[in-house]
Amino acid sequence: MIDYGKVLNPTVVNDIKPSGIRKFFDIAAGMEGVISLGVGEPDFPTPWHIRREGIKSLENSKTRYTSNAGLIELRREICNYVSRRYGVEYAADSEVLVTVGGSEGIDGAIRAIVAPGDEVIIPQPSFVCYEPIVRLAGGTPVIIELKAENQFRLTAEELRGAITDKTKLLVFPFPCNPTGAVMEKEDVEAIAEVLRDTSICVLSDEIYSELTYGGKSHVSIASVEGMRERTILINGFSKSYSMTGWRMGYACAPAPIIAQMTKIHQFAIMSAPTTSQYAAIEALRNGDDDVTTMVAEYDMRRRLMVNGFNKIGMDCFEPKGAFYCFPSIKRTGMTSEEFCEELLRSKKVAVVPGSAFGRSGEGFVRVSYCYSTDHIKEALSRIEEFLREI
Amino acid sequence: MNTKVLKILADNARCSIEDIATMTGLSLKEVTDEIGELEAAGLIRGYKAVIDWEKLDNASVSALIELKVIPQDRFGFENIAETIMKYKEVETVYLMSGSYDLCVIVKGKTFQEVARFVAKELATMREVTSTATHFVLRRYKELDVELVDGEQDDRGAYSL
Ligand SMILES: Cc1ncc(COP(=O)(O)O)c(C=O)c1O
Repeated sequence: MIDYGKVLNPTVVNDIKPSGIRKFFDIAAGMEGVISLGVGEPDFPTPWHIRREGIKSLENSKTRYTSNAGLIELRREICNYVSRRYGVEYAADSEVLVTVGGSEGIDGAIRAIVAPGDEVIIPQPSFVCYEPIVRLAGGTPVIIELKAENQFRLTAEELRGAITDKTKLLVFPFPCNPTGAVMEKEDVEAIAEVLRDTSICVLSDEIYSELTYGGKSHVSIASVEGMRERTILINGFSKSYSMTGWRMGYACAPAPIIAQMTKIHQFAIMSAPTTSQYAAIEALRNGDDDVTTMVAEYDMRRRLMVNGFNKIGMDCFEPKGAFYCFPSIKRTGMTSEEFCEELLRSKKVAVVPGSAFGRSGEGFVRVSYCYSTDHIKEALSRIEEFLREI
Repeated sequence: MNTKVLKILADNARCSIEDIATMTGLSLKEVTDEIGELEAAGLIRGYKAVIDWEKLDNASVSALIELKVIPQDRFGFENIAETIMKYKEVETVYLMSGSYDLCVIVKGKTFQEVARFVAKELATMREVTSTATHFVLRRYKELDVELVDGEQDDRGAYSL
């Protein structure tokens, strides 16, 4: 008999916690009529012209591996896009890697940079993958607890306080899942000022870059003076073009970093899915209008939801990015987990506990507005009932 | 003019004034005035439900009729089009480019009823030189709404 306790990697077994939503998943699975505001992916189908290009590529037998870094036409389109939208220039042949979702880009970037003993600064609440990947690389996560009174932005002071001589990398996750926080130009510049004379790199997870509201577009930290040389820009197609299942993302960074990431990618992945790469070319060439339409729709839902929460007495700061609200549940006296479990059991509404995104998410819940307005309104009225009854 | 209000109503005519105001950032009064103006200016012509009549047992039938018409001296196609649109059986009238002139969509209880209407009323008009009747067999999409129950939300209740 194999003793799996001895076989398995103790870092994976002990240091990597299962995701904070598994329990809720199990409860919801046994229930009928659950109305969910709990997912992190768009409800829109992938725009038809993009799907059609994927289909066409299959009809034309484009079913083989591509070059390791991805189709050169796609890398060129990515460079055009990043240049026209965020004002950063990259070379298609040496500074772009097409990845299996933004997820693989994050993994590759951390593995390429972090060696055992290195410290990685991670602001939280934020997406759940950074900390475990840093641990797998033998690095030490250094958590900054973002504050509601700063609208969950990262401040220069917080960053300065977290830097040591072991700091290798800053994870910069804006627009932010789960808070909806964005960093505006002044905010980004203040962060850049702290980093400028160091050799600390930045993993800028810009997967929600298209989804910003209120007239201000996303500012990539790579566009700020002195930052391009140290930034690995991660982006992808999942959120902006509603393409989660295609598993398409990319990393842009200076050639020496991309060379190492490409090596890892070559051995771990070979090449990103070919069908999806053809669809992604179409998205970048002819998808601007789709993005505009979807963003306009998200914006209306966002307003409806923020207004709804404030009306029923759940404080909710106005999120300016991504597709989540992050209302406070502190006045209920419950923990986020208790709140979510009770809400699910008694009203069959699924929302995600803020604590799943780090300790500083305690006292909040993440509510997604990737749903129709009717669906959102029904869920809000159930939450209102719930608040009245507790 | 604020096309956002129009777009919301085009998508869901039952959306409340309060919700439209919240979603657009306009005040209640602004939304009410806007809609009043759109109605007065004839931009908004009506509010109707999109109904899948085939779900009823005694569903009605419709047909698209291609009409070739001799245009009249002073009025061109106006007179004849406006005459045809008065019939209660007629749902839609368009003036077309291409190989025929008027596209008329006619609704009736049965195939026979529609056929009779075409033969007795439309074909006999002096200006009409020919008709071609195409019966609708099945509706897949109407007014932007898909009538086939296909795609549903397969996302599950939670993901991070
Ligand atoms: C902040 C953030 N980064 C990255 C990802 C990964 O997305 P994908 O791998 O589909 O590109 C997600 C998905 O939820 C996310 O929220």
